[in-house]
Amino acid sequence: MADVELKNFNLNFGPQHPAAHGVLRLITELDGEIVERLDPHIGLLHRGTEKLIEYKTYLQAVPYFDRLDYVAPMNQEHAFALAVEKLLGCEVPVRGQYIRVLYAEIGRIANHLLNLTTHALDVGAMTPILWGFEEREKLMVFYERACGARLHAAYFRPGGVHQDLPPELLADIFTWTDTFPQVLEDMETMLIGNRIFKQRNVDIGVVTADEAFDLGFSGPPLRASGIAWDLRKSQPYDGYEKFDFDIPIGKHGDCYDRFILRLEEIRQSLRIMKQAINEMPAGPVASLDRKIVPPKRGEMKRSMEALIHHFKLYTEGYKVPEGEAYAAVEAPKGEFGVYVVSDGSNKPYRCKIRAPGFPHLAAMDFMCRGHMLADIPAILGSLDIVFGEIDR
Amino acid sequence: MDNPFVQDYVWPGLWMLGGILAVMLPVVLAVAIIIYLDRKIWAAMQLRRGPNVVGPFGILQSFADGIKLVLKETVVPASANKGVFFIAPVLTFVLAMVAWAVIPWGYVNGVKLVISDINVGILYLFAISSLGVYGIIMSGWASNSRYPFLGGLRSAAQMVSYEVSIGFVLITVLLCVGSLNLSDVVEAQRNLWFFIPLFPMFIIFLISALAETNRPPFDLPEAEAELVAGYQVEYSSMTFAMFWLGEYANILLMCAMLSILFFGGWLPPFAFLDFIPGPIWLILKIAFFFFIFSWVKAAVPRYRYDQLMRLGWKVFLPISLGAVVVVSGFLVAFDLLPNKG
Repeated sequence: MADVELKNFNLNFGPQHPAAHGVLRLITELDGEIVERLDPHIGLLHRGTEKLIEYKTYLQAVPYFDRLDYVAPMNQEHAFALAVEKLLGCEVPVRGQYIRVLYAEIGRIANHLLNLTTHALDVGAMTPILWGFEEREKLMVFYERACGARLHAAYFRPGGVHQDLPPELLADIFTWTDTFPQVLEDMETMLIGNRIFKQRNVDIGVVTADEAFDLGFSGPPLRASGIAWDLRKSQPYDGYEKFDFDIPIGKHGDCYDRFILRLEEIRQSLRIMKQAINEMPAGPVASLDRKIVPPKRGEMKRSMEALIHHFKLYTEGYKVPEGEAYAAVEAPKGEFGVYVVSDGSNKPYRCKIRAPGFPHLAAMDFMCRGHMLADIPAILGSLDIVFGEIDR
Repeated sequence: MDNPFVQDYVWPGLWMLGGILAVMLPVVLAVAIIIYLDRKIWAAMQLRRGPNVVGPFGILQSFADGIKLVLKETVVPASANKGVFFIAPVLTFVLAMVAWAVIPWGYVNGVKLVISDINVGILYLFAISSLGVYGIIMSGWASNSRYPFLGGLRSAAQMVSYEVSIGFVLITVLLCVGSLNLSDVVEAQRNLWFFIPLFPMFIIFLISALAETNRPPFDLPEAEAELVAGYQVEYSSMTFAMFWLGEYANILLMCAMLSILFFGGWLPPFAFLDFIPGPIWLILKIAFFFFIFSWVKAAVPRYRYDQLMRLGWKVFLPISLGAVVVVSGFLVAFDLLPNKG
């Protein structure tokens, strides 16, 4: 019999695909249903954020960070604010720090709720997403009550936060932290004990600790591989050292571990939120340095000085001393870093963004090889990919 | 009127046509209602409202969807094999409908309600539901597109695997009945519904029925997370609606089979409830099983292809095969065989 040349089956997974999490395009080479090779194509959501920031003042650059990982916008602003504050040498008042911590953790829960439920959706469980989004909606309302916007907050600004919280908001958030665990438990009973869910996730996309290092992982995928690395503990910023919380870690580094780990991180975030609310000090929410943070409106009506500051800040912006700074936060998806180079003008000379999703997505080929087609969405879901930050 | 031709052919023909319409129309109507119910049940479990705009409580939603689909343009992919592409949905729909011919609805005023009371009713149902896979394979192949192709391949493997265990489950039931006629199957359950003695078989049949009708957790041929919509990707308008109707008619059929094989068909659960007519009981039982189908859909994740195959061949097949031996052994040992001599 003559030799027949067998050809593998190429499948274009995305960019219009319900499980591709945005505009990911995966070129997959399949042998039957087994993934032989997988090539992520990115860039379909590229907006040139880094270049645009070079043409904006430091304050105008803030909203671009909301549009990176739009699932947890404030966490990105946080990194930029920290980097600019480092260059300016400016101190954030304690209340400002506490509000930032509180909202960073709200962002983490919002992100994990979206990720966990869509991960469940990717393996076919269609109910948790609606339960989770009910709660996520409440978090969006907390965002809105603090800054007026559900997603594009522009709330964490260099020097502090934009405005103080309305009076009842803290009490409402505290009530929510008490009611939310019940929903979390309901979701858990739907999923983590479910045999089909386990079969779909246990031992899928295993990454050992060494491999996780080599692949440049950070955040939950790194911790799921058993490395207790969390910037909130290792390099505390904005007073995270004052909070009592644990870093959950996984053992096997598979999709199931990443799922459980995020669930546990939600619980830890709730702990941090409760502490932040209970210990929230009084005082200003942003630096009182009027060369950086604009004065209050009432002050402007009385003081000529304040009016001039306001005018200068909203036209020219503030000048940042020459130098460079890297600041990273433990964003929900991993280490989100901002590297700002200043030439002493009112605009950054260069702003490099380190998106945690990028190395995670780059590991897709490594993680998916030898698995089946149906495992691609499971692995993708467990990596928590958002294209806003990967394509930038 | 005394013309022998009219006597022999026209009247029986009209009578049969009337019977067919009397079953077909309610089934199609039931499909529309059941799609609505499916969405409502699913929505309730997800803390949503579900369809609630068209008509009171949204009950006309399915009809609105149907009209929308009819009015839409049918898009045929340029590279598709047009003939097969169009036959596939028709085949799915027709097969889902013809199977209803042998479903017995019980007695009303002493008249047995069944279009065709054939002696090999179960075999007929089994044959028709086996043919159902062709609609999907043909659509997957004729679309000449990659996702439908994979969907078609998956469903071919899946439906064939689960048909095997369904076959053995049917054999255990038939051993207890001694007839392939569906009415006899129901009559044999007058004292004891079969789901009690054959409980494991009932569970296997229920799960296999989910797999056979491509319902979650076995909706691999149309798994939206992997294959977008599987074999339906290239279908639009009425061709899509045919698949949709066929699929739900098949689900109803499986619910009807579950009721007839294990839950006593048209028989009431207790003798004193006799005054409620048989068809009502059968409809209630079908609705009950459909609720279970909907519930499962809301509750579980989806199997992976290899896990589905493992479940079919390595778990269900040995169990159902063993059950055939055990049940027949039991019947012989205790001299309970239905057709002795």
